[in-house]
Amino acid sequence: MVRIGAFLVGLFFAGWLFISFLIGAVAYVSEPPVPTVEHEFHEPVKHVSFSFDGPFGKYDKQQLQRGFQVFKEVCSACHSLKFVAFRDLEALGYNEAEVKAIAKQWAIKTPSVDPATGEASTRDPVPADHFPKPFANNVAAAAANNNAIPPDLSLMTKARHHGSAYVYSLLTGFQEQPAELLKHFPDAKTPEGLHYNPYFPNLNLAMAPPLSAEGQVTYGDGTKATVDQMAQDVSAFLTWTAEPKLENRRSAGLATIIFLLIATGLAYMSYQNIWADKKKAAV
Amino acid sequence: MSFPWAEQYTPKHPVMQWVDEKLPLPRLVYNAVGAGYPVPRNLNYFWNFGVLAGLALVIQIVTGVIMAMHYGANDLVAFGTVEQTMRDVNAGWLMRYAHANGASFFFIVVYLHIFRGLYFGSYKAPREMVWLLGLVIFLLMMATAFMGYVLPWGQMSYWGAKVITGLFGAIPVVGEPIQTWLLGGFAPGNASLNRFFSLHFLLPFVIAGVIILHIWALHIPGSSNPTGVEVKGPQDTVPFHPYYTAKDGFGAGIFLIAFSILLFFAPNFLGHPDNYIEANPLSTPAHIVPEWYFWPFYAILRAFTVDFFFVPAKLLGVLAMFASILLLFFLPWLDTSPVRSGKYRPTFNKFFWILVIDVLILGWLGGAPAEEPYVMMSQVAAAYYFAHFLIILPLISRFEKPLPLPGSITEAVLAKYGKTDGETVAVPAE
Amino acid sequence: MASVEQIDGTGPSGEDGVRRRDFINIAAVSFAGVGAVAVVLPLVDQMNPSADVLALASAEVDLSAIQPGQAIKTTFRSQPLFVRQLTPKEIAEADKVDPSTLRDPQTLEERTVDGKKQWLVTMGVCTHLGCVPLGAGEGENRGEFGGYFCPCHGSSYDTAARIRKGPAPKNLEVPKYSFTSDTAILVG
Repeated sequence: MVRIGAFLVGLFFAGWLFISFLIGAVAYVSEPPVPTVEHEFHEPVKHVSFSFDGPFGKYDKQQLQRGFQVFKEVCSACHSLKFVAFRDLEALGYNEAEVKAIAKQWAIKTPSVDPATGEASTRDPVPADHFPKPFANNVAAAAANNNAIPPDLSLMTKARHHGSAYVYSLLTGFQEQPAELLKHFPDAKTPEGLHYNPYFPNLNLAMAPPLSAEGQVTYGDGTKATVDQMAQDVSAFLTWTAEPKLENRRSAGLATIIFLLIATGLAYMSYQNIWADKKKAAV
Repeated sequence: MSFPWAEQYTPKHPVMQWVDEKLPLPRLVYNAVGAGYPVPRNLNYFWNFGVLAGLALVIQIVTGVIMAMHYGANDLVAFGTVEQTMRDVNAGWLMRYAHANGASFFFIVVYLHIFRGLYFGSYKAPREMVWLLGLVIFLLMMATAFMGYVLPWGQMSYWGAKVITGLFGAIPVVGEPIQTWLLGGFAPGNASLNRFFSLHFLLPFVIAGVIILHIWALHIPGSSNPTGVEVKGPQDTVPFHPYYTAKDGFGAGIFLIAFSILLFFAPNFLGHPDNYIEANPLSTPAHIVPEWYFWPFYAILRAFTVDFFFVPAKLLGVLAMFASILLLFFLPWLDTSPVRSGKYRPTFNKFFWILVIDVLILGWLGGAPAEEPYVMMSQVAAAYYFAHFLIILPLISRFEKPLPLPGSITEAVLAKYGKTDGETVAVPAE
Repeated sequence: MASVEQIDGTGPSGEDGVRRRDFINIAAVSFAGVGAVAVVLPLVDQMNPSADVLALASAEVDLSAIQPGQAIKTTFRSQPLFVRQLTPKEIAEADKVDPSTLRDPQTLEERTVDGKKQWLVTMGVCTHLGCVPLGAGEGENRGEFGGYFCPCHGSSYDTAARIRKGPAPKNLEVPKYSFTSDTAILVG
C-alpha cells in the first residue's frame, strides 16, 4: 500500500513539475525574457585594494582617521552612524582627550532634557554617547532629502555585497547616462532629482555626488585629497565602523587554528596508536 | 539490549560502587558511549558525523544561552542589542559569529549524516526507529534555525518570517487565521519576535531529548556499518571507548579547524548582507532567500508555477515542500532491498549519486533569483527528487541484482588490509 | 575479550611500545583539556561589564546649586551618590568626635578633599545590606546623628557619613573623585 501510494504521489508531483517545465519552456522560447536596463548596465564593483584585504590584513589607522574626517565633513550632515560611539574612536589612534574634544565639538548635538524645565533640548555629546543622528526621525529625514531617507552608515559595508569596494565604486561612479543606454532604453532616462550611477542596483539614486572636487577636505597628514583618495579613505572608515573587531578576530583565529592543528595532529597519532592492533592484526 | 560480549561496568572505587547502587548514571554512560558499547570495527569516517552533530548542538546551546544574556527580544531594540553584543560585550563578536556559523555547521554535519544513512541503508530494519527519530530531530532543527534567523530583526529576518508564515496562508480556508495566529498580528511584529525567541530557546532542549531517544533506539540493534552485514560475533566489534572516542576526537579536531576558518576569517560568507539592514516593513529586499540550508526546499517550493485545476500553484508548492521532507519518513518501506549498503547495489549506487547532484543543484537554484532559466531548471530537478524516492527507489529494490556480500565484517576488514593467515577469516558465531 | 586478542594477533610488544603510546594519548587528552580551558575564558569574560557600561563609569556633578545644609542624590555606576554641602555647625559636630571611639575610625578630613571640607561626597549605599539611607532629600529623617539614616535596619550615620549606631560595619563609602572646577566634580 505504501509503495502504491508513493508511486501515485511521486507520479503526480514529478508529472506536474514536468508539465510546468514544458509550459515554461514554450513560453521561454516563444517570448524570451526581455533584458532589463539594470541587467544590461549595472556594473560589478571596481577593483580596489585596502590594507585590510586578505586573511591577515590590518586597518591603516592613518587612513581610518582620514576617512573619519571625510565622514565628519561630508557624510555626517545627512547620514547617521548610530551604532558607533565617540569612545570607539580611540581605536583609530585618538587619545582620550582628543576623543572628548571631537565629541564636544561635534556639529550635531545629542538630544537631551532641559534640567530646569523638562523640555526637549540638546547637549554636547560626550565620549560615551553614540553619534547623534542628523534627523530626529525618518519623516524629518525624508522631508529634508527629497523623500529619500539617507541610510545609517554604521553597517553599510556589511550590508552590501563586497561592501568596501561597493562604497568606493558608488562614490566614484557618478557619471552621465551613456548614450547607448538612452538609445536602447529611451524610457530609462534618469528622472529629475536623481543621479545616474551604474554601481547602484537600480542605476539611479537620490544622493547627489558627495565627493565632487579635489581638496574638498584638507587632510592633516598632508595626503593629497583627490576624489579617489577620499572615497578610498571613507570606505576604509566605514569598513571599520561595520567590523570594529576585525583585527581581534583575525589574531584570535590564527592562534586558535595553530592550536587546533597541533591538537588534531596529536589526536590523529593517538587514534592511530589505539587502533594499531586492530589494523595490524591482518597484516 | 546489547551484545552479550559487551564489557561490563565494574566500579572499583567504593565511592563509585556507592553511586552505582544509588544512581547508575556512570553505568549508563559506560554502556552508551563507553567501553560497554560494542561497535562494528569497520566504520569509516562518515560515521563521525553523528558525534559531530552532537558537538555542534553543544556549541549552539552554549553560545545561544550566552547570546540570550545580551539580547533584547523587542522589535524596537532587537537589532541594536545584537549589534551591541558584537561591539561592546567582551568576546561578544565571537559568541555571535560562533552561533551564526555554528548553525551552518550543524546543518552541514547533519546533511552528511543523513546522506551517510541514505547510502549505507542505515534506515532499514531493524533501525527504522533510529531513522524516524532522526527525521524528527531534523524537523525540529529546521524550526529552530528558522526562528533563530528572525531574532536579529534584520531585513532577511523580517521578510523570511513573513514569507515562511505566508506558506501556511496558502492552506485553503484556515490558512490566513493560522498565519495571523502564528505571528500574533497581521505582519511580523513584536509579538512574533517574542514567541520566536521563547521557542528558539526551548526547542534545542527538545532536540537534545529526542537525540537521547535516537541513541537509545540505535543501541538496541547496535550501529550499522559500511558493509551492511550485521555483527556476527565479538571479532566483528570493538568497544566504543577507546576506539571510537579516539577516532571521534580526531574528527572533532578536523571539524573545529574547518569551523574556525569560517568563523574567524569569513564569518559573513554564509550570511546575507541584507540582514545587516534593520527590519523595514515598508521595503522588501530585491531578492529574498532563506539561509543556504533551506535552499533545496525553497527551490521545490518555487518550482510550482502552474495551477492544477482548482489547486493553486502556491498551495502545490507548499504541499510539495512539506512532502519532500515527509516522504523520508516512509523510506524504510519504500526501499525494500534486503541489501543495506550502497556498495553492493550497482543500480542504487548510480541513482544515489544522481540524487546527490540533484540536491546540490536544487540548493544552488534555491539561492538563485526567481527568474528563467532557473525556474525551469528547478522544475526538472524537483521532479527528479520526487521520482527518485517515490518511483525509482521502490523499482530498483525490486529488480536490482546485488553484488555478493562479504560473509562478515571481519572478512571485509581482512580483505581491505590484506590477510596473511587463513585462520582469521572463518569466525562464524551463529 | 580473549577471542579478540586471538583474532587480532599480536598485542603490544615490549614496555617501550606501551610507554610511547601512553605518552601520545596523554598528550592528546591534555591538549584537549587546555583547549577547553581556553574556550571557557571568553565564556566567563562575556559576563563582565561591557564597553558601553564601562564608558558610563564616571559621572560629572555640578555643585553650584547645592546650598549649605543641602544634599543632592545623583547616580554613579547605576547606584545613588550623595553630594552634601555641610554647614559650619555640621563640620564642627563631625570634628568634635574622637575617631578612636568610632567603629570605622576616620576623620572628616580623611573623607573630604583638602580645603573643600564642606563637600561630603559619598555613595548612597548602606554598608550593611545595600539599602539607600534617608537624609539626602529635603525633610527626610537624618537620624539621631544628623547625617543619614537607613530605614531598613536602623543604621545611623553622622554628619561625616560615618557609622555611629546600628548594624552597618563601615562608614558610607567615599568614591574616587576630583574637583574639575570650584563648582564641579568628576566622580570615578
